[in-house]
Amino acid sequence: MKIDKRQRDGATILDLQGRITIGEGDVALREAVQAAVADGAVNILLNMGRVRSIDSSGVGELVAAYTTVTNRGGKLRLFSLPGRVLGVLQITQLVTVLDILEDEDEAVASLA
Amino acid sequence: MPEPVERTIRLSIGSRYENIELVQAVLDETLASLPLDEDAGYWMGIALREALTNAMKHGNGLDPEKKVEVCLAVDESGIDITVEDRGSGFDPSAVADPLAPDNLLKTEGRGIFYMRKFMDKIDYDFGAGGGTKVRLQKKFGAAGAAVEADQED
Repeated sequence: MKIDKRQRDGATILDLQGRITIGEGDVALREAVQAAVADGAVNILLNMGRVRSIDSSGVGELVAAYTTVTNRGGKLRLFSLPGRVLGVLQITQLVTVLDILEDEDEAVASLA
Repeated sequence: MPEPVERTIRLSIGSRYENIELVQAVLDETLASLPLDEDAGYWMGIALREALTNAMKHGNGLDPEKKVEVCLAVDESGIDITVEDRGSGFDPSAVADPLAPDNLLKTEGRGIFYMRKFMDKIDYDFGAGGGTKVRLQKKFGAAGAAVEADQED
C-alpha cells in the first residue's frame, strides 16, 4: 500500500494505491490518517481510485478513520471507488454511513 | 479432449499475515486453469482471506508456531475450501449482525458476513481436541451473484 498526501482547497487528500488488507494496507491507512490529523488536518479526502482490493480489516480502518475525523469536527470523504471496493462497502451497508463521492472535484465541492 | 480439472492442494502455514498472500497466490493459480471470470475468483479470494484471518487472529492468537491447515479442492463444478486452526473454538450463532444499526460503525465483525456473502455455503466443525474448521463451498457459475444483486438495490 502506497499513500501520498497532498493539499487542495484546504482539504488533505490521501491518494491510496494498492490493497487495504490485513497486516499491511490497513496499518498504513491508519497511520496516514493519524499523521494527517496530528498535522492539523480537519477535512480528509481518501482517493480510492487505485485501491485494488479491500477486506474486512480494511473496511474497519475506513470506519475508524471516519470516526476519528468526525469526532474532531472534521469531514472524511471517499471518492473514485472501484466497483469491487464499492461492492464490499455496499453489502455491509456502509454506503449509508460513509460519505462517498464520484470524483475528486465533487468531493472537494462537498466540503464547501 | 481436454483433461478433467480436479485438484486438491493442502497447505500448512504459520499464523503470520504474510502467509495469507501465499495462499491467495495458490488459489489464483488454481482458479486460473478454470473458465471463470475474474470477478468470481476475486470474491472467492476475499472469502478465503477472511477465513485465514480469523484462523490466525482469533483461533491461533497470531502465534506463528501455531499452524493453520488449508485444503483447496477444486473441480469443474466448484471449489471446496477448509481452513483449520488450533484455537478453542467459538459460537457462530453468537457473532453480532454487522448490519444492525448499532454495529454499522464498529471496526470489526464483518469477516464471517463477507464469507457468507461471497460463498454458497459455510459450515463450522469444532474438534474434540480443540480447533475450528471452517468449510467454504462455491459452485461455479453463480460466482459474484450476491454482490451483483446487492449493487442493483
